[in-house]
Amino acid sequence: MNLLPLYTRRRLINALGLGISVLAMLFGLFWLGWILWTLLDNGIPGLSLAVFTQMTPPPGSKGGLLNAIVGSLMMTSIATIIGTPIGILAGTYLAEFGQRGWLAPTTRFINDVLLSAPSIVIGLFIYAIYVVRVGHFSGWGGALALSILVIPIVIRTTENMLRLVPNTLREAAAALGAPQWKVINFVTLRAARAGILTGIMLAVARISGETAPLLFTSLNNQFWSSNMNQPMANLPVVIFQFAMSPYDDWHTLAWAGALLITFSVLTLNILARVLFRQRATTH
Amino acid sequence: MNAELAAPPKLVVNNLNFHYGTERALKDINLSIPEKMVTAFIGPSGCGKSTLLRTFNRMYELYPRQKASGEILLDGNNILDKKQDLNTLRAKIGMVFQKPTPFPMSIYDNIAFGAKLYENLSRYDMDERVEWALKKAALWTEAKDKLKQSGTGLSGGQQQRLCIARAIAVKPQVLLLDEPTSALDPISTAHIEKLIDELKAEFTIVIVTHNMQQAARVSDYTAYMYLGNLIEFGDTSTVFTNPKRKETEDYITGRFG
Amino acid sequence: MPMFLREARLKRQNWLDFLFRNVTRFFAFAVLALLLTLIIALIIGSWPAINAFGFRFFGSSEWNPVTEEFGALIPIVGTLTTSAIALLIAIPVSFGIAIFLTELSPRWLRRPLGIAIELLAGIPSIIYGMWGLFVFAPLFADYIEPWLTKHIGPIPLLGPFFSGPPMGIGVLTAGIILAIMVIPFIASVMRDVFEVVPTLLKESAYGLGATTWEVMWKVVLPYTKIGVVGGIMLGLGRALGETMAVTFVIGNAHELNKSLLMPGNSISSALANEFNEAVGELYTSALIELGLILFFITFVVLSLARYMLYKLAKREGHTT
Repeated sequence: MNLLPLYTRRRLINALGLGISVLAMLFGLFWLGWILWTLLDNGIPGLSLAVFTQMTPPPGSKGGLLNAIVGSLMMTSIATIIGTPIGILAGTYLAEFGQRGWLAPTTRFINDVLLSAPSIVIGLFIYAIYVVRVGHFSGWGGALALSILVIPIVIRTTENMLRLVPNTLREAAAALGAPQWKVINFVTLRAARAGILTGIMLAVARISGETAPLLFTSLNNQFWSSNMNQPMANLPVVIFQFAMSPYDDWHTLAWAGALLITFSVLTLNILARVLFRQRATTH
Repeated sequence: MNAELAAPPKLVVNNLNFHYGTERALKDINLSIPEKMVTAFIGPSGCGKSTLLRTFNRMYELYPRQKASGEILLDGNNILDKKQDLNTLRAKIGMVFQKPTPFPMSIYDNIAFGAKLYENLSRYDMDERVEWALKKAALWTEAKDKLKQSGTGLSGGQQQRLCIARAIAVKPQVLLLDEPTSALDPISTAHIEKLIDELKAEFTIVIVTHNMQQAARVSDYTAYMYLGNLIEFGDTSTVFTNPKRKETEDYITGRFG
Repeated sequence: MPMFLREARLKRQNWLDFLFRNVTRFFAFAVLALLLTLIIALIIGSWPAINAFGFRFFGSSEWNPVTEEFGALIPIVGTLTTSAIALLIAIPVSFGIAIFLTELSPRWLRRPLGIAIELLAGIPSIIYGMWGLFVFAPLFADYIEPWLTKHIGPIPLLGPFFSGPPMGIGVLTAGIILAIMVIPFIASVMRDVFEVVPTLLKESAYGLGATTWEVMWKVVLPYTKIGVVGGIMLGLGRALGETMAVTFVIGNAHELNKSLLMPGNSISSALANEFNEAVGELYTSALIELGLILFFITFVVLSLARYMLYKLAKREGHTT
């Protein structure tokens, strides 16, 4: 190597390193493209009106995913309704009252850890404290498990977004003699609204694809069930069971379900980002 | 430090000290601020002029580890007293900040926000109040057709006048202006300075400014501060033309700072 | 307004302030309580197994529901191996992606590419699993595995890890799928971390005539070391706990194999596959203990990750 002049060698290393970095980027995009293409390729043939109008079939016959779609929607909505207010309130504490004392730093740390904690353990937890008590799997159990996944995401974004609100805005409201609860509810939270909404959308996107926490909580239901006290059908677990089965009809439905889930999740993701970006640039 | 005042004092500061953690930012300040006049605080950055201003409405209480000791008398009552309710204090002493701070709501709601806090006004009275405040702040003609629009859509100078309107809509007795024109262009600045001159008929005004010409133009009394000390206080023409202290003279003639 | 009315109003406002502060505080506290309850519930659930097996649980590769003899060795090893493979692949790729996104990409491409990488993170893990099982594993069995066995198999020491029939599913496949899953997590943390490097610092290095690669390798990377390691640990935390992507492709066999091409098991996939079919208190309890172990490992890893990221953020806060 010493035969090469130093600068040439440096340039070579640079070109090599940067070339590899371009390859890495392509490598990442490659999987994304491949996975999405597979989904379209296998999922579109399975998509039909029946998917949205019929129940999940027994093996070897045709059917749809209606009960699973409805079950997923119900559990996701309930989980969001439970998790969002808790997350916003706790996040507000961290951002607005968290300058003093031990509680805020501890909660922040634990919350960040919970943010990426294994979701299957959350399922086990709800199984142990709820399903066992009640004695059977249920939609409520599933919704509870999902809500535990929602909370840390909403806490994190609420705190971050509130911190982006300039302190001068808080001071300006306080300078008018507004009590703190009014300052926070009518000025700071309002200013952070778009960002918090983004966080909620990302949380919904995250839980709509979660399978592991539902396995031991809502389980699945082959039939129509809108009773939250019964085992409840849901897309992820149906996909899991159908995909792992040996039946072709089930595989086709699993792909159709996978396509549905992925595209709703990705649409939510993109929507959340576009929404926040627009808001961010108007300020 | 007491100068001959042409009006009864509205605020009297006695032996005021201020600490950021362990750092002493104000040192034994004594000062009287006359009613319905404009008093300016000048001095190099970091001299404590903003800190002093922010003790008058105890804005520092929003942050941990900031402490004031001594006495600040508003009409004879010590506002540093623990029993003093912060929100009522701030309703009596309004404040406008360096940068415009419109709330994320309509122009109308921006002004109504503060006015609603301590008064139960009917719809009609509130409309009146908003119009009154906007007129006082010389924003009425520009804003009367877009009261429902967001306050963040106004220009910088308009936003600052909106903030002034919002502050006076509460009908405070004292108005604190913390470098209110530092983020504005010269034309908007002239607008605001004219406004200050008109507002002093009704409010006691204290203004912090880094711009000496501005202090000379708008104020009746001037306090020069340096490193947390009040160096000189007197009527503005005396401080600017015939300062008693050499430090003041150096600063005013641009020899330092 | 009359004085007494004002007083009443004041009292009400102060009370509302007090109420609001304490309601938010209550929920902040609830997060801690949640964690505590979670740990306690798992310990209670796994108590029969802890009682029956004690420390033997960690070292035993036995997993026999009939004789009710359970040991966690195989799933623990499976979890650690798959995660290690995932990191081995994901770290360099993520580093490359982060460099590309911060330094090389044209400005107009940065945002769309960043979003594309984040979308990769947004795809539900069950999709990775399905794709791995139906698309990736067959190709892997047909093309990659025979090649690996043929070329690496004969090498001493390394060879035994790549021997056996090409089945497509197994520990190595699971590790690769996991790698694809964690790349976006690690890459986006690295990108965020690289972006905190002051422009002035980078410009001074460029000003001395350093190449882009040298700036990244000798200035940016040392400057952000803690954050980069934090990001990697974050990815590791994800990989350790990931369930669905692994369950589809790892093979779910309670066997301890030297070869990475053979099926194995991980903690999370053992749970996903066996929990609902487990009969008897001891079986269920052994599975819950597996969950407890998994939670403990990820908790430690994620805590370290957060600690490192906080440290970087704190240093930034001081210098700016």
